[in-house]
Amino acid sequence: MLDADFFRRWMTATAASVDREAERLTALDSPIGDADHGSNLQRGFTAVVATLEKEAPDTPGAVLMLAGRQLISTVGGASGPLYGTLLRRTGKALGDAAEVSREQLAEAFRTGVDAVRTLGGAAPGDKTMIDALAPAVDALGDSFAAARAAAGEGAEATVPLQARKGRASYLGERSIGHQDPGATSAALLVAALGEAAGE
Amino acid sequence: MSDEKLVGIVLVSHSAEVATSVAELAKALSGGGVTVPIAPAGGTASGEFGTSSELVSAAAATVDRGAGVAVLTDLGSAVLTVKALLAEGDELPENTRLVDAPFVEGAVAAVVTAATGADLASVEAAAAEAYSYRKV
Repeated sequence: MLDADFFRRWMTATAASVDREAERLTALDSPIGDADHGSNLQRGFTAVVATLEKEAPDTPGAVLMLAGRQLISTVGGASGPLYGTLLRRTGKALGDAAEVSREQLAEAFRTGVDAVRTLGGAAPGDKTMIDALAPAVDALGDSFAAARAAAGEGAEATVPLQARKGRASYLGERSIGHQDPGATSAALLVAALGEAAGE
Repeated sequence: MSDEKLVGIVLVSHSAEVATSVAELAKALSGGGVTVPIAPAGGTASGEFGTSSELVSAAAATVDRGAGVAVLTDLGSAVLTVKALLAEGDELPENTRLVDAPFVEGAVAAVVTAATGADLASVEAAAAEAYSYRKV
């Protein structure tokens, strides 16, 4: 079972991974975005870790709702409301249980991903974070490792796609050939689940 | 029509200068007389380009006179931040709406309409109507 500590570790592992990969995320965001994805997420997840330490929420749902709220208020770019909504809706779906199963997390995460799709209007194949999150949701019911692999493959599969959402969509065909920064960071978030589980 | 209470208007842009200037422009073009509550929420809290949910919430609170608040945005994170705040339910004044309108033209139309004492639906309709103004 997954308790509040697991979800705290998930956020801490994501923050560490975003720190490690910040330059790469920003580099990916340079040709097709506005070159701030790495630094924006770094600021956001650093604030998430700080606020989780300070407020010490004691249920999985409370951890994710607080983290999501913090991302919405700190990131400053589109990834803030998108990741913030993902975590808040996932947290809300988990309710106030002290522990949840991986299957319950998978179900709640699907609710979160659906909310992101509604907010941004993106569908799979639009070259967005959804291209990593949607396959991860389907695989999360099997294992964290399967979700990690699915998200990573989904992110890599954005390379040949033409962007249909966000700033990159203005580039039309010129967005082809670049891996989407949002899908890349989404794969880091999913991969951090396995780290939190000690896998 | 609501008595005396005017609809508030919030302008959310990635740039503080753009939000402030468009607010001034809209006020100037709305003519004298009634002063419509209008507040810019531009850039991030640290003064960079981007969107700040805190600035948006604060701006909405300052223009809320009880007749509703119309929020106009430029693009990307400005749109998504307002939508996320509206979805939270408790971050913005009651009866706050994201208005689907062009930023500059919509702001002018919204302010002119709000100055007449029109209700939120009318202000929203006037701003959205600005999309139909063709230039060529």
